[in-house]
Amino acid sequence: MRLTLRIWRQANADAEGAMTTYEIDGITEDMSFLEMLDALNEKLILAGDTPVAFDHDCREGICGACGVVINGDAHGPERTTTCQLHMRHFEDGDTIDVEPWRAGAFPVVKDLVVDRSAFDRIIGSGGYVTAPTGAAPEAHATAVPKPAADSAFEHAECIGCGACVAACPNGAAMLFTSAKVNHLNVLPQGAPERETRVLDMVARMDEEGFGGCTLAGECATACPKGIPLTSITSMNREWLRATRKAGR
Amino acid sequence: MALATRTDKRPSLPRTVWDSTVGKKTVMAVSGLLMLAYLVAHMYGNLKIFFGPGTFDGYAHWLRVVGEPFLHYTWALWIIRVVMAAAVVAHAVTAYQLSRRDRAARPTKYVHRKARTSYATRTMRWGGVILGLFIVWHILDLTTGTVQPGFVPGHPYANVVAAFHEWWNDVIYIVAMLALGLHIQHGFWSAAQTLGAGSKTRDRTFKTLANLLALVLTLGFVAVPVAVMTGLVS
Repeated sequence: MRLTLRIWRQANADAEGAMTTYEIDGITEDMSFLEMLDALNEKLILAGDTPVAFDHDCREGICGACGVVINGDAHGPERTTTCQLHMRHFEDGDTIDVEPWRAGAFPVVKDLVVDRSAFDRIIGSGGYVTAPTGAAPEAHATAVPKPAADSAFEHAECIGCGACVAACPNGAAMLFTSAKVNHLNVLPQGAPERETRVLDMVARMDEEGFGGCTLAGECATACPKGIPLTSITSMNREWLRATRKAGR
Repeated sequence: MALATRTDKRPSLPRTVWDSTVGKKTVMAVSGLLMLAYLVAHMYGNLKIFFGPGTFDGYAHWLRVVGEPFLHYTWALWIIRVVMAAAVVAHAVTAYQLSRRDRAARPTKYVHRKARTSYATRTMRWGGVILGLFIVWHILDLTTGTVQPGFVPGHPYANVVAAFHEWWNDVIYIVAMLALGLHIQHGFWSAAQTLGAGSKTRDRTFKTLANLLALVLTLGFVAVPVAVMTGLVS
């Protein structure tokens, strides 16, 4: 496959960036999108140019490190992570636009790498359970109803890649935050901090400069893990419940 | 060792709501639903025009005496007006603040752009502005009669017929009502999500209800200018 790539190049956080065009040949349909970028970088390095910086780690679609906007879609045309997107979804001769996640709360570090530590700070504000450490508790000591376990698992699938923020026209982190809130709030283990968790995480999300939700639904469409839009509805319900309780 | 316990004091309920994007959306949802309830009653009242001037003018008079003798003359109407004005202001202020925030949260646009959200979703902001301007025009046209030559207070039937004899006024009303339908289609469903009423199983119900409300209100409101234009009401 022969491709024309238009990639966002930006030397550092303060530099002006621009879309730069590259021609690349010898791409096979079995390559992942990141392997295609690897091939481009090899070519750039051999030519004495600076390789394109991009985040990646497991390349198995489970870590959430990778993620770029491909032709206007977060993670590209398929519902998966960038590392699990294969070149068979493109045609020979295609021009592909590659851009970093765009959000005020995700500043560009270099090229396609953005700083997503705002997500870590949201987790730090309540995405945990306060449990004394020690030996693992007896598995049957806390009964978890099956629907609650299923719901928690569905939300726990969130890998924090940031595609929801990148896809959202308002740069909102509602889908991410709701997945993390619901994951713990539906479980008995998360019950002691049920109210403070949602209040603190939503407050932190706002402090980080993410936008608000307009229910456009772009986030749920982009999510490689299929976190549903109704996850946001559930978090809103939790937030309203916690606000009423905290007001007493 | 005892676990560290936090005894932080949390802000008051109104403070929490007003400081949060989720809280501001709640204000939008509640004020929007209040306006929606009013619109349903307003549309229902409008349709009385098809029963002739006696019924229509009589209904308009009843709106002023409803609640008597507990309430004074026109008090019920003024209570509704104050609540609606508050709802419009709350809805507009929160929408403005959230929109500013949303724009700041996405400072750089994508080079490769795609418009995928529905037309109704994309037009919520400017559609809302259009509706706000329309409300001002509508009040000046059919409540105070400021912009309508020959407006006679206390004779709503004659005033409505006179107003809709102007073709450009019909255009204003019909365009505004189409904008209203779009606004309600996304707005009602969104309000359900914001207030936490939606769920996977109820999603279809809320979407259908939103479409139905949008359709019924638009058709119900548009029926009056169309009836005047076609001579059905004269």
